Amino acid sequence: MMTNPGNRLTQGQFSFLPDLTDEQITKQIKYALNHGWAVSVEYTDDPHPRNTYWEMFGNPMFDLKDPAGILMEINNCRKTFPNHYIRVTAFNSARGTESPAMSYLVNRPKQEPGFGLVRQEAEGRSIRYTVHAYATDKAEMERY
Amino acid sequence: MSESPDLNEIASEVVDLEAEFRGSNIQEVLDKLDRELIGLVPVKTRIREVAALLLVDRLRKQFELTSETPTLHMCFTGNPGTGKTTVAMRMGEILKRLGYVREGHLVTVTRDDLVGQYIGHTAPKTKEVIKKAMGGVLFIDEAYYLYKPENERDYGAESIEILLQVMENNRDDLVVILAGYKDKMDKFFQSNPGMRSRIAHHIDFPDYRPDELLAIAKLMLADQNYHFSPSAEEAFVRYLKLRMTMEHFSNARSVRNALDRARLRQANRLFGRRSGPMTRDDLMTLEAEDVLASRVFSEGQLDQETV
Repeated sequence: MMTNPGNRLTQGQFSFLPDLTDEQITKQIKYALNHGWAVSVEYTDDPHPRNTYWEMFGNPMFDLKDPAGILMEINNCRKTFPNHYIRVTAFNSARGTESPAMSYLVNRPKQEPGFGLVRQEAEGRSIRYTVHAYATDKAEMERY
Repeated sequence: MSESPDLNEIASEVVDLEAEFRGSNIQEVLDKLDRELIGLVPVKTRIREVAALLLVDRLRKQFELTSETPTLHMCFTGNPGTGKTTVAMRMGEILKRLGYVREGHLVTVTRDDLVGQYIGHTAPKTKEVIKKAMGGVLFIDEAYYLYKPENERDYGAESIEILLQVMENNRDDLVVILAGYKDKMDKFFQSNPGMRSRIAHHIDFPDYRPDELLAIAKLMLADQNYHFSPSAEEAFVRYLKLRMTMEHFSNARSVRNALDRARLRQANRLFGRRSGPMTRDDLMTLEAEDVLASRVFSEGQLDQETV
């Protein structure tokens, strides 16, 4: 049964929508900046849902007023890793929150093979399930 | 062709420059500039020109007469205390009103903020500053320090290179203003011709005349709810005349320091007669003796806190 045709990765905001255009990304960044959140760009080629910590592309950007600078970083990252997953994260440092307030994909590989379900037979007749990204069978940087 | 009547229609359409001008509230900003900045005629003229250009550009856009965005990178030269930083601050606001920059904030940096201390440190540092300034104005004070010709391995050149690239490619995103003393900036541009050609506006800030300095002094006092007594004003005119011939005279900054010291003496004077009654006016008035106590008069030399 194909529940996710095309195997598009659905993580973070807007992931069920068509990919955001640069203009839409700019508006989302502006929203984050207006709230005073620090925006950062991250990338990975291991998109397992439990892989929370992606690689940072440069430092998080504090004290920015305008999205142009962040869009510039996003485009730099796209140029360096055209076939990786890239996401933009906005970190809310307000006391009591101190966690990402927004996170959305801005780049995905051309081919997304998706995830397979691995069943492990355990004691008795119980079965343990695990999610496995087909791409991670290959070495890093060769996955997509 | 079916489009030609439409084009004709557009060509004959009339736009109202006056309405556009009023709508943009530019006059308000220019008036404020006139009110709060004494003198500086060449500066104000240039700002007015830039404002006019941007306004006309906006109208042209309505007729789809596209032209490249004008470069607005500027260089302010002038002696100390002639208002370079003050004008730069205003610039952000003005350009925002004109819709040239999106945010209009001012990021003030010097060499330390741009140039790193070891290999590979400069580029990220400069880029971070540039990113912060995007959507606004990047003000580089004493820009000539960026380039140190006596040291070949100085990282300043790397910083300049990145700046040049951004000034060219991200013209829509930020306006760069360089500031510094005239002779040093001239030398700086001589060794960086690329920088010179990328800056469209070179504005020279003239020194203030004595009467302008007095007007500045009055404005500064009014801002802090003080005023001169008639005799104090006359004394201050004499003070300015003497002070201007001395060394380390830095225009409005010297005026501010002189006023700060006069306030100090006024407070001391009031404190000396604390037993008597005091009116609101007493607390606001600087008397002649507050000005005349300066060593500029007695010994013909600077007060201890120079400059």
